[in-house]
Amino acid sequence: MDWKQLWEICSAPDNVPIVLLLFLTPFYLWYGFREAIKNDRLITQLEADPALAKTHHRRHQPYHPAWDKTVHVWPYLLRIELLAALVVTAFLCIWAIYLDAPLEEPANPTLTMNPAKAPWYFLGLQEMLVYFDPWIAGVILPNIIVVGLMAIPYMDTSPLGNGYYTWKQRKFALGGFLFGYLVLWLALAIVGTFIRGPGWMWFWPGQTWDAHRVVHEVNIHLHELFGITDVWEIAIFGGIATLGFTAVLGGAVDFALRKWKPELFRKMNVIQYAHLVGFLIMMIRLPVKMVLKLGFDIKYVWVTPWFNV
Amino acid sequence: MAPKNDMDEAGIGELVEKAKEAGPLQVKWLKNPFETQMWRSIFRHKVDDQPRNRSLAVLSNVFLHLHPAKVNRDSVRYTFTWGMGGITFYLFLILTFTGVALMYYYHPDKANAFRDILYIKNDVPFGNFLRNLHRWAAHSMIITVWLHQMRVFMTGSYKAPREFNWNVGVILLLVTMMLSFTGYLLPDDQLGFWAVTVGTNMARATPLIGHEGPFGPEIGATAFNDVRFAMLGGSIVDANALLRSYIHHCVGLPLVGGVFMIVHFWRIRKDGSISGPAPVMLASEVKNAKGRR
Repeated sequence: MDWKQLWEICSAPDNVPIVLLLFLTPFYLWYGFREAIKNDRLITQLEADPALAKTHHRRHQPYHPAWDKTVHVWPYLLRIELLAALVVTAFLCIWAIYLDAPLEEPANPTLTMNPAKAPWYFLGLQEMLVYFDPWIAGVILPNIIVVGLMAIPYMDTSPLGNGYYTWKQRKFALGGFLFGYLVLWLALAIVGTFIRGPGWMWFWPGQTWDAHRVVHEVNIHLHELFGITDVWEIAIFGGIATLGFTAVLGGAVDFALRKWKPELFRKMNVIQYAHLVGFLIMMIRLPVKMVLKLGFDIKYVWVTPWFNV
Repeated sequence: MAPKNDMDEAGIGELVEKAKEAGPLQVKWLKNPFETQMWRSIFRHKVDDQPRNRSLAVLSNVFLHLHPAKVNRDSVRYTFTWGMGGITFYLFLILTFTGVALMYYYHPDKANAFRDILYIKNDVPFGNFLRNLHRWAAHSMIITVWLHQMRVFMTGSYKAPREFNWNVGVILLLVTMMLSFTGYLLPDDQLGFWAVTVGTNMARATPLIGHEGPFGPEIGATAFNDVRFAMLGGSIVDANALLRSYIHHCVGLPLVGGVFMIVHFWRIRKDGSISGPAPVMLASEVKNAKGRR
């Protein structure tokens, strides 16, 4: 166990923010779910008692009929904003006094940094480069993430859970988002920051980053398992494998949605539903490809003269 | 020596006498500055603790009028908002101030950029503190934007009528990350150089318009005419890339971000202030309709 190595990674000035995020994310996750549980309890109670549902104020926050429903921004909101600004300022000042921003040697195109890493907030994308060709990891996937985020409100049109924390009423939406954000984005960024060392090789936490380590990297392409050698046959085989897998996955997602979320299928129109299935396919493909690469050394499924998948 | 003005002529003692004569008026101003003409010319409302004055304090102030006069009593709770959107905006303001201050000491060219950072670090009064503050505020802003997005998702605040504002928010998320990324190159050190090299190398692989992307070479994309060339102003990260990064970082992206921020804040108000805590809705109360509600 190389504690010094671990400390060097965690205390690298530009890694401090992601270490901070390692603590902040679970905290706010708990903080949000605590509210969700309170609301879920209230929802269960109101569903069981329709008479109460007609008269209840429907928030878990304390309530008294005599209290004003609204409060003045001056001072009740502005004092919170002032306090937040003061806390943030003090926090940043202390941070800036005790930790210097990094500055390496002058830029030198002839001396490659090893590992050469993007800033921590892009390391999820850089880690995806291990599993996909750059045109997918660096261009297609980021665009799909952005378009997918933007499409969320137009796919999830359920009025339930609008403006309050709840788990019970939004298991699918919330579960999907948290899986995407925490597992596919944050966890990959964490792997990229803490696990990937020189040569972008896998080093467990506490393992020494040995720049001279040699790994016999095995990259198998799927067609090699089937002994296909002709370039056109490879391309056609890969195309069938990729598109076939996508079709099967799409069918499975469609089946699962109809079986377990029938009300979702019923409420959505065909465009919404097609997009939802499409985005879910893309989301599931990433971990599938990760398992193929990390578990079975399979790099490409579809090899053509122009692109690889 | 001839007397220069009235004061010399009159002498201090006489002025004191004058002030004593006018006494009651002066003392009144000191005791209650809110009644003076000067105060009233700036703040056009009274200050005694009345609901009307509390509202006017917000509504008649250009910096505070983003807020409504009153808000839902529970929507000021930290447990609901986490304060992350507001903190993000505050960090943007800190970054603007520290960034402009840093611009006074920085030349975006290969001969000077790195030296200027050393100059800021070692010679400029509070320069190191200023740079650190800018760096850590930038990283913090990414964290707070991500947490803000998480809170907005967890409260379902992207739902009608706030769909469009969620989209504006996604763009602001991108702008924030691009701002941070373009700033990374500016010290012109190994860290920034290789981070930006790695980042922009991905653009080579863009389908059709990247020279290593699918069908890029087939339609004539080379390292000297593809999308990466357009981003960097060259085929490697060099002087042009530094200048472009600088202009994106200091002018382009803050302007774009500023415009979207204006829309974001304005839409919060127009879409009925922040989303909650809203009264919980029961599944039995949802009307069944296909597609658009």
